[in-house]
This record gives sequence, C-alpha cells and structure tokens, in this order.
Amino acid sequence: MTNIRNTRLDTPEESRPNAGLPSVHGPQVLTRDPRLLTGTVGGTTGGTTEHSGTPHTPALARSPQTLDLMLNMGPQHPATHGVFRMELAIDGEQVVDLIPHIGYLHRGSEKLCEHEIYSQIITLFDRLDYVSNFNNELGLVLAVEKLMSIEVPERASYIRMVLCELNRIASHLLFAGTFALDAGALTPSLYTFRDREKIQAIFEATSGARMMHNFFRVGGIKEDVAEDFGARVTQLLSELDRGIDEVDHILTFGEVFLARTKGVGVINGPDAVDWGLSGPALRASNVPYDVRVYEPYCLYDHVEFGVPVGSQGDTWDRYYTRILEMRESVGIVRQCLGQMKPGPIMAPLRRIARPPKGEVYAHAENPRGDFGVYIVSDGGEKPYRLKVRPPSYCNLMALRDLVVGQYIADAVVILGSLDIVLGEVDR
Amino acid sequence: MINSWKALGVTLASFTRKKVTAEYPKEHLPVDERYMGFPALLWDSSRDEPFCTGCMVCVRYCPTQCMKAEMHDNPKFASGDSHRRKIIETFEINLNRCILCGICVDVCNFDAIEMSHEHELAGRGRNDQRVDLPQLLAMGRKYQTETGWKPSKPNALSPKEKEAQAAAAAAQASETPATPRPAPLITPATAPMTAVATASAAQLLDPATTVRPAHIPPAPDMGDSQDKEAAAG
Repeated sequence: MTNIRNTRLDTPEESRPNAGLPSVHGPQVLTRDPRLLTGTVGGTTGGTTEHSGTPHTPALARSPQTLDLMLNMGPQHPATHGVFRMELAIDGEQVVDLIPHIGYLHRGSEKLCEHEIYSQIITLFDRLDYVSNFNNELGLVLAVEKLMSIEVPERASYIRMVLCELNRIASHLLFAGTFALDAGALTPSLYTFRDREKIQAIFEATSGARMMHNFFRVGGIKEDVAEDFGARVTQLLSELDRGIDEVDHILTFGEVFLARTKGVGVINGPDAVDWGLSGPALRASNVPYDVRVYEPYCLYDHVEFGVPVGSQGDTWDRYYTRILEMRESVGIVRQCLGQMKPGPIMAPLRRIARPPKGEVYAHAENPRGDFGVYIVSDGGEKPYRLKVRPPSYCNLMALRDLVVGQYIADAVVILGSLDIVLGEVDR
Repeated sequence: MINSWKALGVTLASFTRKKVTAEYPKEHLPVDERYMGFPALLWDSSRDEPFCTGCMVCVRYCPTQCMKAEMHDNPKFASGDSHRRKIIETFEINLNRCILCGICVDVCNFDAIEMSHEHELAGRGRNDQRVDLPQLLAMGRKYQTETGWKPSKPNALSPKEKEAQAAAAAAQASETPATPRPAPLITPATAPMTAVATASAAQLLDPATTVRPAHIPPAPDMGDSQDKEAAAG
C-alpha cells in the first residue's frame, strides 16, 4: 500500500476542515469492516481505496476514533466531466477533505500560442473550452482587436453575438443535461442533447464545423452567413423556447431534484467573490456581475437583456441561473437578428494581423464565466506571451470549500454545478 | 395519478413521431454546403492540370504541419498551353494530423485547395491516411462535381492565348486602320478556338505578325507579393 495519506489525523483537531461538523457515525461507532483497512474494497470509481492508518492494523487497536478513507475519484469517472481527479477523504458518507488533481489534459496551449500567428491561435482557442467554441474565439479576437484598435463592422459584431449566444445556449443545455445526470435524472439529458444538436446544425451550416469552427477573424468573421440563416435561427429559437420550457418543466421543481440540490454546496456572495468565481456560479450567489453589462463588448450595449441572479448560492441556484440565462440569450439573439443589416463583415486589414508592441487584456462573458485573454506583443505576427484567464479553472478553486462537509454523492452534484470543462482548466 | 396519465401521453406522442435516427453505415445524412471535410486539391479543367502551383503558402501556415509539397517547372507553360510557370509535382497531406481548420483554404491564392466533403477516414493502416497528389485530386474532383464548384477568378492568359489575342488585335487593326478599336475580350473558355481561327487568318494577311516577341511577359503571379510579405515578417 503506497501513498498513505492521513489528512485528518495529521492536522490538529480544531483546524480540521470539518472541525465543527458532527461525525456521521458518531464517536462510539468503531466497528468498521476490517477488510477496509487492508484490501481494495471497491470504491465508486474502481480505483483503490486507501486506508489512512497503518496497513494491516485493525482500527480498533490503533485509534479510538473513526478513521478516514481516502477515495480516489477520476480521472476516468463520468461525473467529473472530463479528466479531473479528486482525492476524497471520507468519513462514512461525509467528505472531510478534498484534494483536486488537474493537468491530465494539459497541452501547453499558452506556450503553443507563442509559436503561432494570430489566425492559427484561433484554432487553439477552439479547443480550450470545447463546448463553447465561439465564445473562446471571441475572447481572443477581442483582445487582438483591442491591441490593434480595430473597428469591427457592425454586421460582423451582430453575427458574432448571435453565434456566441447560441453557443451559450448550447453550452447551458449540455450543462442542464449532464447536471441532471449527476443528480440522477436521465431523461432531461436526452431533451437537452436533442436541442443542442439543432444549434450545432446551424453552426455547421454557418462555419462548416460542428465544434472546431475557426470562424472568427481578427477584424471580423470568415464569411457572411448563409441567406437562410435568419430564417433558420428564428425557427430554431421557437424550438429552443419550447425545449427549454420542457427541460424546466421536467426537472427544475421535481421533488427528488430539489432534495438533491437545494441547500447543497452553498457559497455566499462575498465568499464567491473572494474565490474568484464568475459567470452563473457567481451570479447564483446573488452577485449580479456580468461582463456583457459592465464592460459591453461587441454590441451588447445595443440589446436589452436581464442578468438572472440566484439568492442562496446553492447548486439549485447555479442550475436555475443557467436556465434563466438561456431564455435571456434567446431574447438577445432575437434582437440581434432584428437589428442586423447587410454590410461588410471584415475590417480592411492585411491578411496577417500584426499588432503593435504593447500589452492588452480583454475579457468576455463565456457560458462558464469571465474569460480573459492577456497578450503581450513585441510587434510581431506572433504574441510574445499569451495568458488565458479560464473561468472553469477559477471556479474550480472553490470546489474544496463547497464539498467538504457534504455527502459524497453531493460532491458529484456540486462539481457538476460548477460546470467545468477540463480543456479549459488544464489548457 | 394525473401525472401518470400525462407521462403516458408523452410516451404516446413520442410513439407516433417519425423516426429521426439514421442507420449510419447504410444511410448517410447529407452534409451542409459549407461543411469542412478534409482538404482536397482542385482540378482546372480548362487547362487540364491542377490549380496548385506548389507555392507552399498552405504548407507554411498549416498549424499542424500536416502537408508537404514540391513544385517543378510546368511543361505546359513551356509549350504555351498554360499560364502557370510552376506546377505541383508532389503533395502529401497527413489527414491524421489535419485539424480541419481551413487555414490552407484561406491563405491559398490560386483556388487550388478547398475543404472537401470527405469525412470518412477508415483505412487498414496508419499510412492509409497519408494521401498523395492523385488521391487529393480525386477527392477534389469529386467535390467539384458534387457541388458544381467554380473558380473565384478567371485564369490568366497562357502564352498561346496572349499571342492569339495580340494577333487578333493586329488583324482587327489592319482591317480597319482608320478607327482603331480596343482588342476584343477573349474569355479563356472560348480562347483556343478563336486562337486557331484568327491566327491563321492573321498569318495569311500579314506574315510579320507571326514573328513572336523575344520575351513573353510572365503571367501575373498572385502569390508572390503575399509570400514576400509573409517572408519579410
């Protein structure tokens, strides 16, 4: 038995993460199955379970209190939504400590960016948060355009907004489906994937790819949308209205779903800000921060939309904030389609973007939160340094605080409610 | 109780709905017009040669370095049938590396490469996905016939066509010397036929026009300026 950890016993009693929490078993319960101490009695992931005490020593003889079980979860676990691994120290059903392990999907994207020209970097950004590709591309092109002081044509901005908002809906639909799966509801995922597929069909007809679009350019977009784009999107929006209502109806106020999510993983507003949460995870804690409102990019100051906020900051609020956001996004797309006029889609530029020497930070509201891109340019056609502020990564920071003290089944729901994408966490 | 009936209603409604599943290997869903499959090289049927001159722009801008290309002198340019001084000799794309980003299409100056609708990659070995020039051209021809692809700009004139055009202009000038008119526009599609007819007529009329100028100005090479610009950076 290698890698013996004893997070709980090594730390003094009062500084333990769950110092104030009552033990599930109570202090008197010492009759744990002795097989747990020596062997690999199946964990939920098929990984090994490790006992925190000395191997082959019965718990009774060694310590008068309940010992923690180190449980490995991931990286191949469906509920971690990718290759995320966490080590859980559990006391019965309760999580007493959590050690996240990331980096399984690390591709060195930021370093790669230093060796690519800006138009090639767009392809790398497609692969960061691979369920909201348009939003990622937008973050990059906004930064480069800011550095080069480019005025983007109005039509290009509107098309970008339409695509980004559709992508936000697609991303939130995926979230709603998988989150329902995490909470044990199987049916909604079928509904959400059906609707997401319709959005992806529009993307394919517009950019030529379902996910890795490479459609936005520094100064505009690759090509104008097809002639039937407006009609197709309008048709899609009415279907989405119905689809979102269906999911809402089937899931949101379900008794079991409420029992699994209400009051679970609560984080209050100040804590959420301190942890650097952003996006729906922050707004669920009643902090109405949205980049689209506070620093409007594209033409978000030309459209009207609401920013849904939660009141409790629990997993249910994080879920329902996203459902409401989808409705707002539908409204934004409708307004954009109404305001869109024919016109150029690219600013007059040289084909190879070459920003001046300097540095820039631009950020945009991704489905997951505040997506920032920081570029240092030495005046060449490649960035000297490029740094991404990935919302998933920052949201993941709060995981330990949210999970510790909760039941192990709720850890899955809490992780799901943060809606991380490992492509972006690891980069 | 009411909810159970509602649930049953949903089941019944779904039961009567039309099936949307396509049984994949037997049934292929149509792809969109803009669908970006694997890159393919296109065939210039008016010149009977590929559009690609092997200028290497796509090779240089490919983010995954999945291509390689070599050019050679175009024999058809030497014989005066084509305006392309250089033509592609070998081209290889490793489709396993290709990420279907379409950058090669964006940077190409000759309409030579296009994202085809090919998207099935099954083969018997790892090297089956390394496609060479004939395979790429076959993919391209399939794409051209399926979609009715048209080049974005007409071809430049080949040496023979230029000569014919000059001869035609000269013939016109000699017919009506009092009112000089601009040379008629000859589109590449009709050029060869006109060239034969007018050239013979011109030769009969004026033997002097058969003398070819010593230096034929090269066809405008659209790629050069772009390359230099990129190379300078």
